[in-house]
Amino acid sequence: MKTSFKLNGKPVQVETAPDATLLWTLRDALQMTGAKYGCGASLCGACTVHLDGMPVRACMTPISMVAGRSVTTIEGLAGEELHPLQQAWIDEQAPQCGYCQPGQIMQAVALLRDNPRPSREQIIAYMNGVLCRCGAYLRIIKAIERVSQSR
Amino acid sequence: MKNQKDNTQAQISRRQFLATAGTITFAVATGVFTARLFEEEGGVAPSDGSPITAWVRLDKSGRITVFNPAAEMGQGSMTALAAIIAEEMDADWADVHIEFSPIEPDIYGLQWGGKLGGPMITVGSRTVRGYYRGLRHAGAQARYVLLYNAAEKWGVPQPELTTEPSAVIHPASGRRMSYGEIAAFAKAPADIPDIPEAQWKKPEQFRLIGHSLPRFDIPAKVDGSAMYSIDIQVPGMVYAAISRSPVNGAKPELLNERDVRETEGLIDIVRLDHGIGLLAETFEQALKARKNLQIRWSEGAKAQSYDSQEAFERYREMAHDEKAKGDVAASEGDAARALQSAVKIYDLEYRNDFAYHAQMEPLNAVVSVAPDGKSAEAWVGSQAPDTARRAIAETLGIDFSQVKLHPCYLGGGFGRRSMADYVEEAAILSNHIRRPVKLVWTREDDVQYGAFRPIFFHRLRAGFDKEGKLTAWNHIIAGTGGGLLDSGARPQYYTLPNLHIEVRAVDEGVRTKHWRAVAHGPNKFAIEAFIDEIAAGQGADPLEFRRWLMKGHPRELRVLEEAARMANWGSPEREGRARGLAFIERSGAYAAGVAEISLDRDSGQIRVHRVWAALDAGVVVQPDNAIAQMEGGIVMGISSVLLESITFRNGKVQQSNFHDYPILRMADAPESIDISLIPSQEPPAGIGEASLPLMGGAIANAFLKLTGKPLRHMPFTPERVLAALEG
Ligand code: FES
Ligand code: FES
Repeated sequence: MKTSFKLNGKPVQVETAPDATLLWTLRDALQMTGAKYGCGASLCGACTVHLDGMPVRACMTPISMVAGRSVTTIEGLAGEELHPLQQAWIDEQAPQCGYCQPGQIMQAVALLRDNPRPSREQIIAYMNGVLCRCGAYLRIIKAIERVSQSR
Repeated sequence: MKNQKDNTQAQISRRQFLATAGTITFAVATGVFTARLFEEEGGVAPSDGSPITAWVRLDKSGRITVFNPAAEMGQGSMTALAAIIAEEMDADWADVHIEFSPIEPDIYGLQWGGKLGGPMITVGSRTVRGYYRGLRHAGAQARYVLLYNAAEKWGVPQPELTTEPSAVIHPASGRRMSYGEIAAFAKAPADIPDIPEAQWKKPEQFRLIGHSLPRFDIPAKVDGSAMYSIDIQVPGMVYAAISRSPVNGAKPELLNERDVRETEGLIDIVRLDHGIGLLAETFEQALKARKNLQIRWSEGAKAQSYDSQEAFERYREMAHDEKAKGDVAASEGDAARALQSAVKIYDLEYRNDFAYHAQMEPLNAVVSVAPDGKSAEAWVGSQAPDTARRAIAETLGIDFSQVKLHPCYLGGGFGRRSMADYVEEAAILSNHIRRPVKLVWTREDDVQYGAFRPIFFHRLRAGFDKEGKLTAWNHIIAGTGGGLLDSGARPQYYTLPNLHIEVRAVDEGVRTKHWRAVAHGPNKFAIEAFIDEIAAGQGADPLEFRRWLMKGHPRELRVLEEAARMANWGSPEREGRARGLAFIERSGAYAAGVAEISLDRDSGQIRVHRVWAALDAGVVVQPDNAIAQMEGGIVMGISSVLLESITFRNGKVQQSNFHDYPILRMADAPESIDISLIPSQEPPAGIGEASLPLMGGAIANAFLKLTGKPLRHMPFTPERVLAALEG
């Protein structure tokens, strides 16, 4: 099955099985490996990408749902400069192993777009679906606050 | 310092670095650490045939490439090790670039018996402490070579020269030459002497050691370019999944090969000892084929009748059996006699379930066996890359030298990635098809074919004499997992006059493995919870009681006092909350921690609000990173203490993914974690595991204070908490 959509601003067409998921299509067919596989069941958030600006778990998103729409991955976040959240992630030295971080950052970008000045409770509620086994949560919160409070 | 994507995307080829014209490599020969220096010309590697290995490469541009021999799994040692070399070499950190070293343990292995050249393993919080001296020396030798060359060039005696960051200077004439300029003409001295420690930098001269530097790997981890092995793609690569025995040791018999072969995209089916492998054009096709498998598993595996929750009763009997003899971990004085003559005895039991690593990147590996089967290339995230390389060589029956292993970032390790089982599987599959194979374990595979932190049963006894003095200490540990049960069992920082510590292990046929801090999590929980129960029984404050036990241990006591100070120990508790204290030693580091908790008495849910911890880990090379490690260990510690439990029934793991093996989420992380690093000039100790084992004791002790009830079985799930409240 052929599916056309926009990936990080560029039109792509990809040939997959009809029941392929967005995650493995991105990673294997399109070699866009920033979105990670962690659970395959919407339990960890490592695969979080944006579909028309909304955060989705790519591991449970069928490729058919993506046709004609626009997907943004961690690779498409930075322009000339890093996205302010990416920079804040560096400033707070948030990542440890880093494997969860593309999902964390994509989730956080969506949060701040909806709610530029979230309270700590709102941050936690919004981010709670993205697991970090390395336990970097407090630095992730700080990185988000660094951006929200500078606005 | 510039962070480079090419470290991740294209690092990998050592040939590539040899092929960079006009670079100089400080190559260090095996063991003896005599540096050699060579200049490659026209992209041709030196023809002397000896293995070319190196710690530092210097380009004419001034870029200084430092080789990192350890796995980078988030613990940050990649940056710390480079800082150690750069410090002694007197490199400007802005010039430093880091690449993974080749997997050559003779050269890049840990200090083993005082010298580098041991195994390349990133385990047991060994990296910084296991490379510290060796890499300071390597850095000092690199600096020597630069001085030597500048002295030759200028025709001045070498002792007249000195360095400043990335430059040699001749104070007498005011001349100055950058390291990059030296790279253009440098030659190896015939002999590079050992540089005695007296000539290394003094701590007060450190610019990098002890100063927090941004971690080298982080930029690539925020823009999606960091390469984990799961991200590797090789031309011609196929994907693989394996259906593994649900009971360890059971053998598969495939019942419907023909049907499965019909699956679209399926390339081949491979019979393995412990499962059925499926090779397909895409990973999802491999999974689809796997779903259709009908396998009959052989009966009679040792693990088949294992039920972990029932097993506690057997372990209890083993621990109470007066005639049983296990492995004595420590014995001093006469604990049995002292117990007999004690006027008061505390005799308590503690338990913990199996725990799963749950590293966020499930196991995976890419292996490419050459068409003739005589060589292989592999892309692996491993804590023991030399073991992985050897496993591939052995699987294929070829020499170690014929396997090229490209280390990748690890999406977490925690001990699981020091096994090479997943690499061996990928090697078998690639050998079968003689094409590059990417084998990925699903999360379910990773849980169900996990290798777990073992189950423990502890019987702890302490005896007091008439004067109220602690005179006997007896700790019997029973469980499965042999050598994984005893670490941390001896609290050497407490003065315990007659002590006996013994491990009674039984092989249940289930898979066990080192898990962050190994047995320290379970053992320190049991010991620290026991201490507080004793203190309560003796009417002593937990801090006061530990002070008394720590007489004669000033270094440890200082850590304890610091944590107590941070937590304002002794001040009134906040409404509905209580604080608990614990102390541990791990990998040479001393840590004390205080956890403040509250409890929902209806649901049995414990919440950890604040944590304070003090650490004495000797010289801390990267303080902010050390703090990050402490924070992460605390979060993972809370997770394991409150939530994590693997159980077996009929030899089968009962859990499969994060819905039934939950790990701590952001909402349940503490509101604050404060870390204090105690300044020290002692040699570096391990940090990555120094906070996790605090949490069992600290939380149990806070609970005891809050409710008057002990928690004696980790994890402290709501059910167990409610039961404890009733008990
Ligand atoms: S991989 Fe999609 S939520 Fe875990
Ligand atoms: S940084 Fe390792 S899982 Fe989040």
